[in-house]
Amino acid sequence: MSYFSDIYKGIRTLLKGMSVTGRYFLNSRKGAITQQYPDNRDTLKMFDRFRGEVIMPHDENNEHACTGCQKCEIACPNGTIEIIWDRGIDEETGKKKKKIDQFIYHLGLCTMCGLCIDVCPTDAIEWGQNFENSVYDRTKLTRVLNKPGSTLRPGVED
Amino acid sequence: MPEGVAGIAEMILIALVYLGIFSVAGLFLVLVERRVAAWFQLRIGPNRVGFQGILQTLADALKLVSKELTGTVRADKFLYNLAPYFVIISALMAMSVLPFSKEFHAFDINIGVLFLIAISSIGVIGILLGGWSSNNKFALIGAMRSGVQTISYELSVGLSLLTMVLISGSLQLSAIVEVQKNGWLIVQGHIPAVIAFMIFMISGTAETNRAPFDIVEAESELGAGFHTEYSGMKFAYFFLAEFINMFIIAAIAATVFFGGWLSPFGITESLPWLGVFWFLLKTFVLVFLMMWFRWTFPRLRVDQLLTLEWKYLLPVNLVNIVAMALIVWLNLTIQF
Repeated sequence: MSYFSDIYKGIRTLLKGMSVTGRYFLNSRKGAITQQYPDNRDTLKMFDRFRGEVIMPHDENNEHACTGCQKCEIACPNGTIEIIWDRGIDEETGKKKKKIDQFIYHLGLCTMCGLCIDVCPTDAIEWGQNFENSVYDRTKLTRVLNKPGSTLRPGVED
Repeated sequence: MPEGVAGIAEMILIALVYLGIFSVAGLFLVLVERRVAAWFQLRIGPNRVGFQGILQTLADALKLVSKELTGTVRADKFLYNLAPYFVIISALMAMSVLPFSKEFHAFDINIGVLFLIAISSIGVIGILLGGWSSNNKFALIGAMRSGVQTISYELSVGLSLLTMVLISGSLQLSAIVEVQKNGWLIVQGHIPAVIAFMIFMISGTAETNRAPFDIVEAESELGAGFHTEYSGMKFAYFFLAEFINMFIIAAIAATVFFGGWLSPFGITESLPWLGVFWFLLKTFVLVFLMMWFRWTFPRLRVDQLLTLEWKYLLPVNLVNIVAMALIVWLNLTIQF
């Protein structure tokens, strides 16, 4: 008698579905996932894996972790990253050594694929949480990520 | 004032009152639907226009009124323009027989239930006309599906109401409500009445072309189904009629199964004007149930739709009628 068991199964599963949505309905006051964005700008917290833009964190001594290896520049599928580098004399060993002059990031070209961040051996760049990236002039989308006067953090290359 | 003029003036006044109820209820239901849908999906819904968004649908209506009425080039202009009126007038006519309370009842005919079933089938002619005359393949497919669906589910609506007519002994809606002074019909008829109620809600949802039976509109397959080519106020007519039809189905269920304007256990029997309140309360609980269906269940395919009706609802319904007849014959109804 699969006919009656089908009816029973149908009604039971429909009621199960209705209980799920009914629970959502009752919890919608506190559980709403909608962000009323411009109103809650101050308290809005983006989720951890959000990809807003590529940033290069600097510590309090204005030091970053970018060695200028250019792996990110090679990994980038559409030429978003350009590294202008130079050779300087290392004080300790006296040898010539690569260091970055400007880490140029074209936000307008970036597809947020994340390959540069995956490939970075020293974790010098990471995802920023800022998403308010609109500007009136597209030249402003080209950013220099290393701050002026910043240097390589000692010990990164070891 | 001569008799005839007075009669016509009275009719016009009543018609205006009903038009007012119609538009207010339509706008209100659209807003309720959107808020309830949002809550079912853990969203917030429209809450900006007016306090908690109560003026949202008014703003939408203003927008629709001010929009251009467009049409396709080779559409059948006459039928194309006629279709919305079929849909909306049938919804309005069905409203006239609903007993809002003992006194607030415009048109109390002795075949009320039959009239309601008949009128609700006229609406589908408007849908067929709209789909056919639009000269658009999506609209035509939607309209044909509507024909299939309405003709099938009309049976279940009629038979489930007939089950309840067996116990009430009358087709007149005011008489059906009077019978329920000894307990609502869903209590009086116990098991067959509950089954009839479930079948009525399922087939009533199908009758109004709402999800999960919205293959007529089926946004993801057909654009907007039969009203793909309609814009502005003509679209709004279809849209409003859908919500009013939902209200009518819920109101019929409230009248036939849950005692209409009667208060539960007669707690407010001394205050007859509360009848409207009880009627609307019961109706809105059932409207909420239909919205719950809509935002829970996925859409049925055409073959599943017809399987449900012809293989499940119809046989169950026929057995149910016999069971109800036996119960009434053997006096097994529960009376308080």
